[in-house]
Amino acid sequence: MSELWELTAHEAQDGLRAKEFSAVELTESVLARVDAVEDRVNAYITRTDEVAREQAREADARFAAGTATPLTGIPFAVKDLIVTKGVRTTAGSHMLGDFVPPYDSHVYEQLKRAGAVMIGKANMDEFAMGSSTEHSAYGATRNPWDTDRVPGGSSGGSAAAVAAGECIASLGSDTGGSIRQPAALCGVVGLDPTYGRVSRFGIIAFGSSLDQVGPIGRDVEDVATILDGIGSHDPRDSTSDPAPRPDMRHYLGRDVAGKKIGVPREYFIEGMEDGVRTRIDEALRRLESLGCEIDTDLSLPMTEHALAVYYLIAPSEASSNLARYDGVKYGLSERGGSMWENMEQTREQGFGDEVKRRIMLGVYALSAGYYDQFYLKAQKVRTLITNEFREAFTRYDALVTPTTPGVAFPVGDKLDDPYAMYLNDIYTLPSAVAGLPALSLPCGLSEGLPVGLQIIGDVGAEGTILQIGHAFEGALDEANRLAPL
Amino acid sequence: MYDRAMPISRDQVVHVGRLARLGLTDAEIDRLTLQLSDILDHFEALAAVDTDGIEPTAHPLPLHNVMRTDSVAPSLARDDALSNAPEVEDGLIRVRAVLE
Repeated sequence: MSELWELTAHEAQDGLRAKEFSAVELTESVLARVDAVEDRVNAYITRTDEVAREQAREADARFAAGTATPLTGIPFAVKDLIVTKGVRTTAGSHMLGDFVPPYDSHVYEQLKRAGAVMIGKANMDEFAMGSSTEHSAYGATRNPWDTDRVPGGSSGGSAAAVAAGECIASLGSDTGGSIRQPAALCGVVGLDPTYGRVSRFGIIAFGSSLDQVGPIGRDVEDVATILDGIGSHDPRDSTSDPAPRPDMRHYLGRDVAGKKIGVPREYFIEGMEDGVRTRIDEALRRLESLGCEIDTDLSLPMTEHALAVYYLIAPSEASSNLARYDGVKYGLSERGGSMWENMEQTREQGFGDEVKRRIMLGVYALSAGYYDQFYLKAQKVRTLITNEFREAFTRYDALVTPTTPGVAFPVGDKLDDPYAMYLNDIYTLPSAVAGLPALSLPCGLSEGLPVGLQIIGDVGAEGTILQIGHAFEGALDEANRLAPL
Repeated sequence: MYDRAMPISRDQVVHVGRLARLGLTDAEIDRLTLQLSDILDHFEALAAVDTDGIEPTAHPLPLHNVMRTDSVAPSLARDDALSNAPEVEDGLIRVRAVLE
């Protein structure tokens, strides 16, 4: 160990408890790292150095008083669609360039209650719409493994910050892959929890039946610990599942021998890079050597329809959610004309190209004459996708797939071809549509860039996929935990 | 760019753009006509999926009509709620005339 910012959250926690260093020293180490690399990465939209220093002092007081939790003193990046009272929250959009929330989201409230430290608000594709963080009104985030490449998206800032050492862990949000895909491309661990597991109160809405907040960290233990910290039931979100939450860390270190793992063949398609396939094949052998029973004779034929289903349902919900940005109550407000003129000017100026494209797609899919053909049809096929997963989980404990078909792609490569960009989510969309938990964790490099392994679980089975992920990770060396920036 | 009929016409894009109040420019309308047509083309296979008798999923959780007790609790103070409003007068949000 050379620098404090290189630690995992649990290593940092051990050091803090043993009084090897203070939370203030840990935070200063991370802030210095941000100073050193942020101009090359652009992981943050807003830095909150003073908030961080204050929270670090409070954390030290808690260690002194014996009231520290497993997240006390841990420096976090918080995706900029998670509202933070008194700290500008933009959702990556000009529309909310001056928006200072008057309240806290549930998850930020939980982080504060746990004594965590916020380093800044992480960059993202505007309103979480994108797979490269190039659709941010505040400039693209770069991949710390190769700054000519994208970090993935939409939680690209959250994933890049963890990989670059600009925080120890982060919060992202996943609608169709927005935690897992950037985690895979940046070589870190990301978890999309079961829909309803983490409160959406204070999360700027994109696709309400799909959005879910989740953790990104340097190893599985950190991700499990963060989920325990943020995942409590919240009556302010009517979709927050009231079921009791088991302690996730309880699952770690348990034997995975005998776990039945299905490998659906529809995820091994044309267009998947050879280097990714090689790493995934190795990962399957490694899981087998841990005693898992791997079954590659599994077909989920509805998989191929997930992309269309998602890109009809999510934009439809988005078109409704983003109707609130009308220049009247908050956000950008163009003035001078009539009410309708001002509303159109506000939305023309405030939204970027991808957001307009999704709103158009959604309004079209919901409009008279097309509703049955597109939106309703997509909802019915969503049922079929969900049923197919449900049936598979009667036979398997988990499903294992690649997280993405390829490694991080060059900046600008897919910007002019929206459909090519959407294809990057092809492996993360099916479980999102079904509301299932899914973990992405590093499984080696291809062409010097990280490859992600995805482990999909049944409803509420975060514990099982974290258990398998933890065992798998334990079998890998830790040489590639941080990007060589 | 396309050999066959576009799934979405320029007139439809204009219509949808008006419904969404996006104030689209002519250049944006042209570009969106091509891009949305390309995207919708790829969604064609969905029509062939047999969904007879299948209920639509609006939501992945089997939670319905979540109720809370009707009890008084503190809410956001008015000044806080108005803190991001573009124009405020007498504790109210000032808007343009709807009828002229």
